[in-house]
Amino acid sequence: MRDVAVINVGVTRFGEMWDESFRAIGIEAGMQAIMDAGIAGDDIDALYVGNMSAGRFIDQEHIGALIADYSGMASAHIPATRVEAAGASGGLAFRQGFLAVASGLHDIVVVGGAEKMTDVGDVQSNSIQATAADQEWEVTLGATFASLHAMIAKRYMYDFEAVREELAAVAVKNHRHGAMNPKAQFRREITMDTVLNAPKVADPLGMFDCSPNSDGSAAVVLCSLERAREFTDTPVKVLASSQASDTLALHHRNDICTFAGTRVAARRAYEMAGIGPQQVQVAEVHDNFSISEIIAIEDLGFFDRGTGGKATVDGQTAIGGNVAINTSGGLKARGDPVGATGVAQIVELVHQLRGEADRRQVEAEVGLAQNVGGTGATVVVNILGVA
Amino acid sequence: MAAPRFWREAPSRYNLVATRCGNCGSVSFPPRSFCPKCHRKSVGRMERFRLAGKGSVYTYSVVHEVPSELDMQKPYVIAMIEMDEGAKLTAQVIDVDPKDVHIGMRVRATLRRLGDEGPDGIIHYGYKFVPILN
Amino acid sequence: MDVGIVSYGAYVPRYRIRPQEIGKVWGADGDAMGRGLYITQKSVPAPDEDVVTISVEAARNMLLRKPIDPECINALYVGSESHPYAVKPTGTIVAAAIEAVPDLTVADFEFACKAGTAAIQVCMGMVGAGLARYGVAIGADTSQGAPGDPLEYSASAGGAAYLIGTEDIIATINRTMSFTTDTPDFWRREGRSYPSHGGRFTGGPAYFKHVTSCANMLMEAMGTIPEDYDHAVFHQPNGKFPTRMAKMLGFSNGQVETGLLTPFIGNTYSGAVPLGLAAVLDIAKPGDRIFVIAYGSGAGSDGFDITVTDAMDSFDRDAAPKVRDLMERTKEIDYATYAKFRGKILMKEVSI
Repeated sequence: MRDVAVINVGVTRFGEMWDESFRAIGIEAGMQAIMDAGIAGDDIDALYVGNMSAGRFIDQEHIGALIADYSGMASAHIPATRVEAAGASGGLAFRQGFLAVASGLHDIVVVGGAEKMTDVGDVQSNSIQATAADQEWEVTLGATFASLHAMIAKRYMYDFEAVREELAAVAVKNHRHGAMNPKAQFRREITMDTVLNAPKVADPLGMFDCSPNSDGSAAVVLCSLERAREFTDTPVKVLASSQASDTLALHHRNDICTFAGTRVAARRAYEMAGIGPQQVQVAEVHDNFSISEIIAIEDLGFFDRGTGGKATVDGQTAIGGNVAINTSGGLKARGDPVGATGVAQIVELVHQLRGEADRRQVEAEVGLAQNVGGTGATVVVNILGVA
Repeated sequence: MAAPRFWREAPSRYNLVATRCGNCGSVSFPPRSFCPKCHRKSVGRMERFRLAGKGSVYTYSVVHEVPSELDMQKPYVIAMIEMDEGAKLTAQVIDVDPKDVHIGMRVRATLRRLGDEGPDGIIHYGYKFVPILN
Repeated sequence: MDVGIVSYGAYVPRYRIRPQEIGKVWGADGDAMGRGLYITQKSVPAPDEDVVTISVEAARNMLLRKPIDPECINALYVGSESHPYAVKPTGTIVAAAIEAVPDLTVADFEFACKAGTAAIQVCMGMVGAGLARYGVAIGADTSQGAPGDPLEYSASAGGAAYLIGTEDIIATINRTMSFTTDTPDFWRREGRSYPSHGGRFTGGPAYFKHVTSCANMLMEAMGTIPEDYDHAVFHQPNGKFPTRMAKMLGFSNGQVETGLLTPFIGNTYSGAVPLGLAAVLDIAKPGDRIFVIAYGSGAGSDGFDITVTDAMDSFDRDAAPKVRDLMERTKEIDYATYAKFRGKILMKEVSI
């Protein structure tokens, strides 16, 4: 295997993009990344697109070909592949691109992620997101995607005597970070009271504990490290990419307050990168719900079990804390166009490692992204470092 | 269109039919064709049986943002139930005031409507749980 | 060979609404309506309950009291005027849910309020003829009254299931007889949401004529008088008719009170007499004699003369909730909630 670098990135604004279609959104980030990298269409060997459910959001499958076509690459006939693993689609598309370059099969690969969620109503969007869970044995029986996470939160609070404010602190912190991200869907700080008094979604989770419906795309260009400097002075090296799976249904786990998928993927990634969690200064984790960030930062080894919430309340995960979590605003404030999310996490890490993160810049040599599908049935962990 | 998809799961939806591994004794619900722990050693040794229908609430949530087919029951309680045989499953807890539900609460299975496929579609029936009184 | 009741089980949904609450909405004197009908409250099914779920719960309670191998059930009939499907049997779902499939015959019955007792009669025939080892007869309803109609004060939900057989009988059915004419006192056309009725025509020429005739036929055939019975259960579209009926026939209040449930749960239609009989069996002693007359609009009456056997002493009545337990387990709702639960609010059609 050879070393792989990210040579450029692109990301759209996330949010409700009423004027723009899936295909328009889908190519925007990719075009940015390609233009800035100064590569031509002919240089691109392959395209991977992370997308969760265009079939249900816009009645369109065959997303790989669609994005290749509207990127003007139909005539080049490049291999274009859609990657789907629910919420982890983007992170997994990145991993597929990484593997293609690392293997030596391809030199330059574009990885995109895109979702257009706002062409359906909220109730339908919730139903589509619930397809990441077990339709036959969770959703049919009345579980919603939020309520599965609410049940994790309820059990977490019971097992660790955690308080509601610990969950809320995640949302407050991520909104503070998002306020500094010009591409974020929500750029407004919120208070603890706002979170605690928000309309209930699934007790104990309220509206501000949940990531929004978003449109958006993100893209990165991957290249072999040896050729990277042909295109950029600031390549970012992929130190590790790993992936793990777990039971599709949450109820089949012995312990629901930890995602074994995250623990295993993190262990493999740390081994591959030759580092430990203490070397990570910045991380984008999958905060689709506030509880998800708390168990993610525990499973990634940043904090002991049962202490993630308290660490968040104490400010240890904010910009300027021990490890800056979700400097982009996370899924909560940056937005969560599902298939784009995992790629947007990489984009934020690249901004941080290149020192391009502006007001949300942290001192960092190593960054980690954790991207989750369903309730932890797929977890992708990617680690990047200054090259 | 979807009638067969629900029909084929009726034994487990109506009667909590599960499997027990002939090698290690662990219980899988819904049935599995081999044991997630014993793999090859369990092939052909998965015995079908019916869960007795009693268990305890492992965790739960009161759901306020609900799928349209459950609008009439809003807010409702969704719970993860640890069955007495050891398997966990997800189901509604009904006939209860949501504020009386707690982790460890004893519940038993009953049959209720899960939903339907519109006024012209088939009706889905399956397990929900009610508190065991006293 | 005696044929009779081997086990029974009951179920009543927990929600209740009072006549005062209904009257308030329609500008009627709910107090007077409640007094006139002798109904203090009626049961209301939850939005996820219907005749299938009520029948299954009753049948499972029946099997809890007598855990026979369900494969020995060779006939199952569900009587109701509110089957969830117009075409597609309720009984097959119930049979599957109690694991009685596939070696049995199943059919749904409809005969207004007496479809449940008709199911008992057919089971007696099947078992008596040796065509079935056990038969299950269920009467259950989630009946509807049109908003504002007097029926709305009484139409309720509930049901009971009976295991009919020849072995370990807890109550022998000594005789059953029916009195049937074509009398259009109450009807509902295909596809209509609410039934219509003949007002006062449902009284004299319908309920009273059929119940009286059937009762007299049965006592004459059995050579009995009212005093020979410890309990009597009459169909109870409201609390008043059966009380007046009992008096006309010469039965005392003491004989009818155990089986008179309508004042507390409303008229459960096909479930009414089966539930009333279940309430009697909940407390009956060996040797007790029970007189039962069901009535179904349209119209007909089924009568039963029953004697509780010594087997009742070893029968596990406590294995399932008694009717009184179900009557005490209540949650009162207002009219708005009732209207929502019963589908009386026009909802937006959801397209998925």
